[in-house]
Amino acid sequence: MSAPAIELKGIACTFVSKDQPGQRYTAVSDVDLTVGAGEFVSVVGPTGCGKSTLLNVAAGLLSPSKGSVKIFGEPLAGINSRAGYMFQAESLMPWRTALANVMAGLQFRGVPEREARTQAEDWLRRVGLGGFGDRYPHQMSGGMRKRASLAQTLVMDPDIILMDEPFSALDIQTRQLMENEVLDLWQSKKKAVLFITHDLDEAIAMSDRVVILSAGPASHPIGEFTIDIERPRDVAEVKTTPRFLELHAAIWGVLREEVLKGYQQQLQKAA
Amino acid sequence: MWKLIQPRPGNLRLWQLGLLVLLFVFWHVMTRPGLIPPFMFDNDRQAAFFFGEPLKIFERIWAWFVTDADIYQHLWITLAETVMAFGIGAVAGLGGGLWLALSPMASAILEPYIKAFNSMPRIILAPIFAVWFGLGMGSKVALGVTLVFFIVFFNVYQGVKEVSPVVLANARMLGASQKQLLRHVYLPSATSWVFSSLHTSVGLAFVGAVVGEYLGSSQGVGYLILQAEGQFDINTVMAGILVLTTFALVLDAIVGRIEKRLMTWQPKAGETEKL
Repeated sequence: MSAPAIELKGIACTFVSKDQPGQRYTAVSDVDLTVGAGEFVSVVGPTGCGKSTLLNVAAGLLSPSKGSVKIFGEPLAGINSRAGYMFQAESLMPWRTALANVMAGLQFRGVPEREARTQAEDWLRRVGLGGFGDRYPHQMSGGMRKRASLAQTLVMDPDIILMDEPFSALDIQTRQLMENEVLDLWQSKKKAVLFITHDLDEAIAMSDRVVILSAGPASHPIGEFTIDIERPRDVAEVKTTPRFLELHAAIWGVLREEVLKGYQQQLQKAA
Repeated sequence: MWKLIQPRPGNLRLWQLGLLVLLFVFWHVMTRPGLIPPFMFDNDRQAAFFFGEPLKIFERIWAWFVTDADIYQHLWITLAETVMAFGIGAVAGLGGGLWLALSPMASAILEPYIKAFNSMPRIILAPIFAVWFGLGMGSKVALGVTLVFFIVFFNVYQGVKEVSPVVLANARMLGASQKQLLRHVYLPSATSWVFSSLHTSVGLAFVGAVVGEYLGSSQGVGYLILQAEGQFDINTVMAGILVLTTFALVLDAIVGRIEKRLMTWQPKAGETEKL
């Protein structure tokens, strides 16, 4: 059996407050999480539970306080070069056109200009931005920018795709379109995907497996559900199937309490 | 009648021009000897002595540009000083800003010195520069550089500090090395801040050049003004001021053009396509 794409073992992340060095905040602790090669895993949890922290650890942008990270069996040091990361916030370089943004990664890698251009144009077409290569990010709508980000990540042909609530800022129609597109692309290439979301519907509709994180601080996985709905799926249609509703009810049963806990904590903090 | 000439976007330029003409007419009426009886001065020549006469000023400018055509070399010198001061100051500011923003230790050590240099009234350095670099262009360029450097420096420093952490993380995930980050992320971000301060810094380069000339030189528009002042020739001084003002406006317009061309990627409010 080949090594899993991502293997997090006993991960803990403790942040020290910059203003008051005495204050510490443990975002996550005792997290074990594996994502197999070609597997689509979603992580859901209440707001502020450290989902993004886990993703940053897997990306190599953040080194954990404790625990080990293995990528395809190799311990991770520095940036995870086999992963592509789709951020929640705007991540395109505003001074580059859509095409130049998609080309950026290839240029960094040293791919010849002409070849990079051909590949980037190809990917822009695939995400439906064929004629928009010369637009600057501020000239594109939010959905188009997300598509450009997707192309920017996928043109690198990463073995692992990390996604941090990539569609949370989009309206529901655009979002379903994008979700289906991502599923299609994933289906044809079978990359390992670690998908962070707070939207349970999205998580169930897209994943092979859904992992639930407890409310922070020191959040950790408290449940795991295998989503045995047939593929290929259509994210809109799948939501009406009985199996989907069953799974939704089961996962929500676990998640509900955590969401309430997280909400209570935020209220207390505010008080 | 009023409806026809009422200020509106269409005749804005006309109103602006009208105001200018009005200003000169007022100036002319108040200073022309013998036109109106003196009410502030002892005799009707004094107003002209203190404030100059527009007609004579225009005569002077006409002579400079057309009949004698001797101002061009002075203008050229001032322009060259301005451009050099801006170029050197901007490049040094860009380099310094990038370096200090990216190396926290150096910035921590140098911080009090930067603050001290910046709060120092740097015009006072002009005589020292005159001693060091002579009365030629060198001392004027040096003065302009000290003025431009800090504007650009602080803007670049700020620009690098305010690079979006997400854009930065994204570039790193896309495999950018430290050098590539500098070239493709920090530099473009910093240059946008340089350009946002372009009007100020070009203006200050110009101030540096003219003030430098004014304090001691043998060429340049500042020198012409200095000469005229020595002879109490207020008309020539005023003419020099007018030429400098026009020159600064032209320079500013050119900078605006350049800025517009280089900053196409920056969003403008309410940008729509005209059909």
